[in-house]
Amino acid sequence: MEDKASHTKKETTILFVNKEKEPLFSKKNRKLLSDPMDDNNPITVQVLGICSALAITVQLKPAIVMSVSVMAVMAASNVIISLLRNLIPNRIRIIVQLVVVAAMVILVDQVLRAYAYDVSKELSIFIGLIITNCIVMGRLEAFALGHGVWKSFLDGIGNAAGYGVILIIVAFFRELLGSGKLLGYQVIPDSVYAMGYENNGLMLLSPMALITVGILIWIQRSRNRSLIEKN
Amino acid sequence: MEAYLNLFVKSIFIENMIFAYFLGMCSYLAVSKTVKTAVGLGLAVIFVLAITVPINFLLDTYLLRPGALSWLGSQYATLDLSFLSFIMFIAVIASMVQLVEMVVEKFAPALYGALGIFLPLIAVNCAILGGSLFMQQKDFAGVTESAFYGLGSGIGWLLAILAIAAIREKITYSNVPAPLRGLGITFIITGLMALGFMSFMGIKL
Repeated sequence: MEDKASHTKKETTILFVNKEKEPLFSKKNRKLLSDPMDDNNPITVQVLGICSALAITVQLKPAIVMSVSVMAVMAASNVIISLLRNLIPNRIRIIVQLVVVAAMVILVDQVLRAYAYDVSKELSIFIGLIITNCIVMGRLEAFALGHGVWKSFLDGIGNAAGYGVILIIVAFFRELLGSGKLLGYQVIPDSVYAMGYENNGLMLLSPMALITVGILIWIQRSRNRSLIEKN
Repeated sequence: MEAYLNLFVKSIFIENMIFAYFLGMCSYLAVSKTVKTAVGLGLAVIFVLAITVPINFLLDTYLLRPGALSWLGSQYATLDLSFLSFIMFIAVIASMVQLVEMVVEKFAPALYGALGIFLPLIAVNCAILGGSLFMQQKDFAGVTESAFYGLGSGIGWLLAILAIAAIREKITYSNVPAPLRGLGITFIITGLMALGFMSFMGIKL
């Protein structure tokens, strides 16, 4: 027992020394933020957090609210789990992670209900489903359990941003093509409708979200050929 | 009896977890490479859904919803603990998943190996928490109804993952454009299948 304690102590001192040498925004840390945007995007490459990405992208506004909520939950829970990482027994880590995430989500849910009731109604159960959003759990398992607080914080922000980018792109096209609006304001002028332009009702249906993400993956992998799968 | 049957069919086809609500997508996309593992995961999901939805229904009725605590005495009748539902539901689900994991490890070690990380990840399969949260919104009359709903949703999920796994096994022989291979084409096929499933929406039960 004593031996183990001294061991972890040694580890923390080493970590501490390393951390002092490394500048706050070193190249490595910046990579943590930029990687999830493209090469290691949570949705199109890691296949995490698909469910919510598909269900709430009919309009731009809920998509933005969702991205911000996920970012808050991820940054906070990554920091907490990273602080606790040497204390959590391996066998019950899933339950501990879920409890931390659930507590964060309850906070976000209550804040939304207080300050943005309409949006919170629109998102209905999907705020609750952030708990089971695999991005949060996936990053906790893959990153926060093995890295320091500042790095985990950056990783949380970066991955949530990569998730948000895809969400916002999909929502942008679906709202623009499906109802001719952006954020609820009409952007396609009436004169275009007068010439015979029609809104594409298909874009409002949920299957089109899947197909839009599929096309995004196609575009991304045509640009970045290293991501192509063998099969 | 007819009401139960209607609910059952409705939860399998009309309100299919994957094609109507897109819940449980992550494991659906990740474990659907072969039919065999897909069936294993699907059965585990059915089991967990069919058990957690009724348990969470009881929790909701006797503990969480506004006025649910009135059985304790009149002074508790005004309490509303519904803000705790996320944490309670997820705790029930996590413990059930732990149980399934132990059973599968003991009686089907081969399946345990094949499912790997995705067995514990059933706990964060959104279809399962989603089932409980939809149950909360639907105001079921009794435990049996919620059990049928959980069972039906699970079977719907199994059918969906079975279908996509069979298609993906066949598609390895097709000449898909390279950037679309794997994930991209799976997304598009799922989209088309979901369009097909939308035709069930017209059915009123």
